[in-house]
Amino acid sequence: MSRVASRKDRVPRGSVKGPGMMLSKGLKRKREEEEEEGKEALAVDTWWLDPGHPAVAQAPPAVASSSLFDLSVLKLHHSLRQSEPDLRHLVLVVNTLRRIQASMAPTAALPPVPSPPTAPGIADNLLASSDAALSASMASLLEDLSHIEGLSQAPQPLVDEGPPGRPTGGAPPSLGALDLLGPATGCLLDDGLEGLFEDIDTSMYDSELWAPASEGHKSSPEDGPGKEEAPELDEAELDYLMDVLVGTQALERPSGPGR
Amino acid sequence: MAGAGGGGCPAGGNDLQWCFSQVKGAVDEDVAEADVISTVEFSHSGDLLATGDKGGRVVIFQREQENKSRPHSRGEYNVYSTFQSHEPEFDYLKSLEIEEKINKIRWLPQQGAARFLLSTNDKTIKLWKISERDKRAEGYNLKDEDGRLRDPLRITALRVPILKPMDLMVEASPRRVFANAHTYHINSISVNSDHETYLSADDLRINLWHLEITDRSFNIVDIKPANMEELTEVITAAEFHPHQCNVLVYSSSKGTIRLCDMRSSALCDRHSKFFEEPEDPSSRSFFSEIISSVSDVKFSHSGRYMMTRDYLSVKVWDLNMESRPVETHQVHEYLRSKLCSLYENDCIFDKFECCWNGSDRQHLARCWGRLSFPPCGAAGRGDIHAHAGAVRTAE
Repeated sequence: MSRVASRKDRVPRGSVKGPGMMLSKGLKRKREEEEEEGKEALAVDTWWLDPGHPAVAQAPPAVASSSLFDLSVLKLHHSLRQSEPDLRHLVLVVNTLRRIQASMAPTAALPPVPSPPTAPGIADNLLASSDAALSASMASLLEDLSHIEGLSQAPQPLVDEGPPGRPTGGAPPSLGALDLLGPATGCLLDDGLEGLFEDIDTSMYDSELWAPASEGHKSSPEDGPGKEEAPELDEAELDYLMDVLVGTQALERPSGPGR
Repeated sequence: MAGAGGGGCPAGGNDLQWCFSQVKGAVDEDVAEADVISTVEFSHSGDLLATGDKGGRVVIFQREQENKSRPHSRGEYNVYSTFQSHEPEFDYLKSLEIEEKINKIRWLPQQGAARFLLSTNDKTIKLWKISERDKRAEGYNLKDEDGRLRDPLRITALRVPILKPMDLMVEASPRRVFANAHTYHINSISVNSDHETYLSADDLRINLWHLEITDRSFNIVDIKPANMEELTEVITAAEFHPHQCNVLVYSSSKGTIRLCDMRSSALCDRHSKFFEEPEDPSSRSFFSEIISSVSDVKFSHSGRYMMTRDYLSVKVWDLNMESRPVETHQVHEYLRSKLCSLYENDCIFDKFECCWNGSDRQHLARCWGRLSFPPCGAAGRGDIHAHAGAVRTAE
């Protein structure tokens, strides 16, 4: 599996010579390698994998599980950051995460079906936890995939109404967003596990890493009216700024809203 | 860089001997990303070998005629045709670039002089016609040698055009483009035994196409959940039965194989058979599901058996027994103790292919995951023209 991107110029393949003239010979093109910056992010310290390391040799299984959990969350996050995530990879990582979670808290039974949010208070705590943001991101991503599919194919009944939420760890913006997040958190987190995350440095899991570019075109039809207004204002402001900079400014500018 | 190894010559008795034959392509370590081979496929007779790479090119190798003075030596493979099959595209709706990497190539059964193959990237399947031209007609009446039209009034005599030999020219032309039918990434294509239809499979759906019709396909399997948050399983490979044109199988990321009969219903969401080996509790780990994910499934030529490849092993199943495989071959068992490291560096997600040799009818041919790994046992009475390839496909 090639991990190192080769940036050198293309060289022709060694033995590309046919028995005679070839009409439609494939031409090589310069192809830029998109280096995933996330690869560097994955180069975490792997001391826990070294069997010779004294800490590992004596480490209780709970420590190894917790490290694996962190690693899996990292992988999940990395997978979600892709503009088009590999579904197989995503599903396998999520399922592995569930297994690890189940082993870390054997007493807490995983709900067979996603349970609705019990109370806004608990939901607030879960929202404050970045892992909830992660699961919500995953939920919204998977939901977005089906939204986009709904746009590009024959109309299908949308299961979850409401725009995909983008939690930033603050108070829930609306009940609609809560409803969306509830079942998702039920999938990945159990009610009794918030305490597990207290000692984990979650700064790396900040959902701000969510690529803004991917958010822009994921707008559902409900977002339409709201989004239409905003760009106009922005463009007007940009025009104004440009005018100021260029010096042909606002003496001629007709009065508009807010000016 | 994956090379195709040559076949073996049975020295006598039942042992098949393997010898390394050829390497095609760059041997040095520094290979351009676009040159990385992403798929290989022999034609049915084995005289042609098609390779697809990450740059969207298809290179076809042809086996040279065997030397009569050395009947046991395999003919060498040399480049026969090269063409650009797929180009990178941009999906404007999702603002995503569609890779030109060739995921799969499948040959159509040969009918006539021209050869046909299907090649696919993540989203679009193309039917290519590869034809030879080694003669040129000369002596037309209505046009001269440059191709310019002659004035009919000036023609005083008629002649019969004659065919003259010319240097062999191999032309590849796209005959059909099957597009816009897959939301997710295509992982498999399979030509049906009726030679008229074929299937294409992505992570969540399988579509049925007619080779002549490009603007329509039928969805025959759909495992997409109503709520995507409940997604726990994806399709990893699919194939038609070699003789029964109504039967297909598809494998999943959870290590299961479902056999479907298209006669039972239009949408084959309910399987006819379900193949799954129960998990061994002694070897259960966090990574059990990942390593059980089936990366390839292939019917035997007889249609009685099928072979599946997961991360560590190859399993042979009897279609009449769903509870467990009839054979299991550990390909690289030594990796089992290193699963954690392989998970950390993502190598545990690599996918491997497998295939049968030509004569699985009388004896089950053993299969292998990597080229350098020897077959896991006697291959039985190997056909002298046995050709088999095994490719480690990297994402």
